[in-house]
Amino acid sequence: MLIIKDLHASAGDKEILKGISLTINAGEVHAIMGPNGSGKSTLAQVIAGHPGYEVTSGSIEYEGQDLLEMEAEERAQAGVFLAFQYPVEIPGVTNAYFLRAAYNELRKARGEDELDPIEFLDVMEEKLKVVEMDASMMQRSVNAGFSGGEKKRNEILQMAVLEPKLAVLDETDSGLDIDALRIVAGGVNQLKKPSNATIVVTHYQRLLNYIVPDYVHVLAHGRIVRSGGKELALELEAKGYDWLLEPVGA
Amino acid sequence: MTSVAPYSDQFAAYAANGGGEGPAWLPALRQQAFERFTALGFPTTRDEDWHFTSVTPIAERTFKAVKPAATALTLSDLKPWLVDEAWHRLVFVNGRLEPALSNFAELSAEVHVSTLSDALREQPEWVQKHLGALAAFDRAAFTALNTAFMQDGVVVRVPKGETVEVPLHILNVVDAQANGAAIHPRLLVVAEALSQVVLVESYVGLGKASYLVNGVAEISVGSGARVDHYKVQRDNLEAFHVGTVQVTQGRDAIYHSFSYAAGAELSRTNIYTKLAGTGSEARLNGLYVLDGNQHADHQTFVEHLAESCASRELYKGILDGQSHGVFNGKVYVDPIAQKTDGKQTNKALLLSEKARVDTKPQLEIFADDVKCTHGATIGRLDDIALFYLKSRGIGAENARALLTYAFAAEVLETIEIDSLRLELERAVFERFTHLRLE
Repeated sequence: MLIIKDLHASAGDKEILKGISLTINAGEVHAIMGPNGSGKSTLAQVIAGHPGYEVTSGSIEYEGQDLLEMEAEERAQAGVFLAFQYPVEIPGVTNAYFLRAAYNELRKARGEDELDPIEFLDVMEEKLKVVEMDASMMQRSVNAGFSGGEKKRNEILQMAVLEPKLAVLDETDSGLDIDALRIVAGGVNQLKKPSNATIVVTHYQRLLNYIVPDYVHVLAHGRIVRSGGKELALELEAKGYDWLLEPVGA
Repeated sequence: MTSVAPYSDQFAAYAANGGGEGPAWLPALRQQAFERFTALGFPTTRDEDWHFTSVTPIAERTFKAVKPAATALTLSDLKPWLVDEAWHRLVFVNGRLEPALSNFAELSAEVHVSTLSDALREQPEWVQKHLGALAAFDRAAFTALNTAFMQDGVVVRVPKGETVEVPLHILNVVDAQANGAAIHPRLLVVAEALSQVVLVESYVGLGKASYLVNGVAEISVGSGARVDHYKVQRDNLEAFHVGTVQVTQGRDAIYHSFSYAAGAELSRTNIYTKLAGTGSEARLNGLYVLDGNQHADHQTFVEHLAESCASRELYKGILDGQSHGVFNGKVYVDPIAQKTDGKQTNKALLLSEKARVDTKPQLEIFADDVKCTHGATIGRLDDIALFYLKSRGIGAENARALLTYAFAAEVLETIEIDSLRLELERAVFERFTHLRLE
C-alpha cells in the first residue's frame, strides 16, 4: 500500500528526515516510536502533505501512485488520513457542516452523489457511536473550546466518517486520560479492516497496549534505527530510548 | 471650492421647485445647511477624520437630482433583497417611496411610521423639534449636503412603552434610472422611554449605474428604550455611499448597531453615539467584505457622557483584490463618566497581497475609574488551518472559503434576527465558494 524509499525532508534549512525507508501492506498496523525531535511527527505530516516541509529526495508510493505529486486534498480523496496531534479550531463552522463537506468531497472524488444534511444525519448517527460522542457535538464549532480528549475523539470521528485506507495517527495519545485513551483506541480498533493500514506515531508504549502493532519502528535523528515486532515497544518501555541512540551519534 | 460650485445652481433650482415646500422653518434649515456645505467644501485627506479616505471621486463629479419617474420594478424583482417578507417594509426606489412595493399597514396604530413629507404635514412641530437635533452639520459637509437636499425620508416614532416586535425594513433600491444621480435618504427615529424597535436599513443597487447615496439617520433612544439598527449596504460597485448615523441614548438605553458593507466603489459609514444617560449601553458591530478596487471606511465615535455606561465594538473586514479598508474607532470618556466599561476590537483578514487596511483606534479618557480596552489585528488565512481542511479532502478553494467564512462568523453571530443573519451568512459564504451553506 505504502512504499517509502530513502525519504529526506526539511523544514526551512533544517533537514529533519534523513533517509527513511518503510513498506506498509494492507491489514498491517505499524507503530513509529522515538524520542522528541526524532522526526516521527514530521514523517506523519509529510505523508499527509503538510506545506511546512519540503521533500528534498526519496519517494513515497501509495497504491501505485506518486504520493508526493499529489495535493493534500488529493491524498485525502485517495484514502490517506492524518489524525492531527494538535487539531485545528474552526470557530463558526459546525462539526456537522465540516464533516459533511469533507464526506461529500470524497464522494464526489469517487463519482458518487453528495448527501444532503438529512441523509448525512443517518451516517453520523452510526459514526458517533464509534467514539461514544453525543449528537450535540455535531452542532458545536469544529474543535472550538473542545477539551483535549474531545479534540482527539473528534479526529477519530472524522476518521470514522472518511473511512481511510491509510490512517496515520500522530501522537493521538498525548494529553489523554485513561478513559479517553480507551475510547480513542477502541474507535481505531473498530475501524480496522483487512483492506486498510494504520500508522501509529507515539512517544509512549501505553497506546500500544490498546492498539496492538504488527511492527514497531524506532526513529532517531531522522532515521529508523531499529525495527521489530510488538515486543520492541515493551523493551523501549523498560529501557528507554538512550541505548538505541548512542550508535547513531549526533 | 470649485467642486461644490455646481451644486449652487442645483440648490437654487431645488429651492425654487419643491425644496421650498413644508413649514417655513424647513427652507430656512435647508438654506443654512447649503451655505454650510459651500463653506466647508468636500473633506480632503488633510482633514484628520478623512485621512485614509479620499472623496475626490465624489467631489470631482457633479451628481444631479433624480428625475421623478414611475418605476417598473416589481416585488418579484426585489424578492432577493426583501430578506424576510414578514417584516414591515418601506421600499424606496431612487429615493422615492413606492407604496405599491411597501407594506407597513400591520404596524400598531400607536406607532408612527411615515415618510418625512407626510410627517411634516401631520405633525410639523414635532418634526421641527427632532429633525436636525442630532445630526449637526456644522463640521460635516455630507450631513450639510443631505440636510439641504433631503427628500422622501422616513420618520419613526415609537411611543412610550410600545414594542415593535417585527423588524421595520427600510429598503433603498437604486436602479439604472438614477445613473449620475445623488440620493439623500433621511431617517429620523425617536424611541420614547421603555419602547423597543428593530430597524433594518438596507441599500441595494440594481442594474448598471453610478450614483451617490448620502444618507443621514438620527436616532434618539429614550430612557430604558432599546433600538436595534442593522445597516446593510449592497450598493452597485460603481456607486458611492456615505452614511452617517447619529444616536443619543438616555438612562439605561440600549442601542445595538450592525453595519454590513459589501457594495459601492467607495463607502464611508459613520456611526456616532452619545451615551448621555447613566447605565446606557452601545454595541457597535460590523463586517465589511471587499474586492477589486473597493474602498470601505467605517468611523465609530462613542461618547461616554454619563456614569456606568458600557460600549462594545467588534468590527471585522475581509479584503481581497486591491481593496482598501479603513476602521477608525474613537472613544471619548468624559470626566463625569466614571465606571465606564469600553471595549473595542477590530480584525482584518487580507486575502491578497495587494489588499490593504488602515486601522486607527483613538481613546480619549478623562475619567479615572474606567475600564477601556482596544485591540486590532490584521492577518492572513492560517496555513495550518488550510492544511487541516485539505487533509480532510476539501479542495484548496473551498478550504479558503470555509476559513474566510469562519472569520466572518464571529461577528455575524451577533445579529439577533435569524433571517437576516442567515441571509448575510449565505452572502458571505457564497461570495467565496461554490459550496452551499445549508
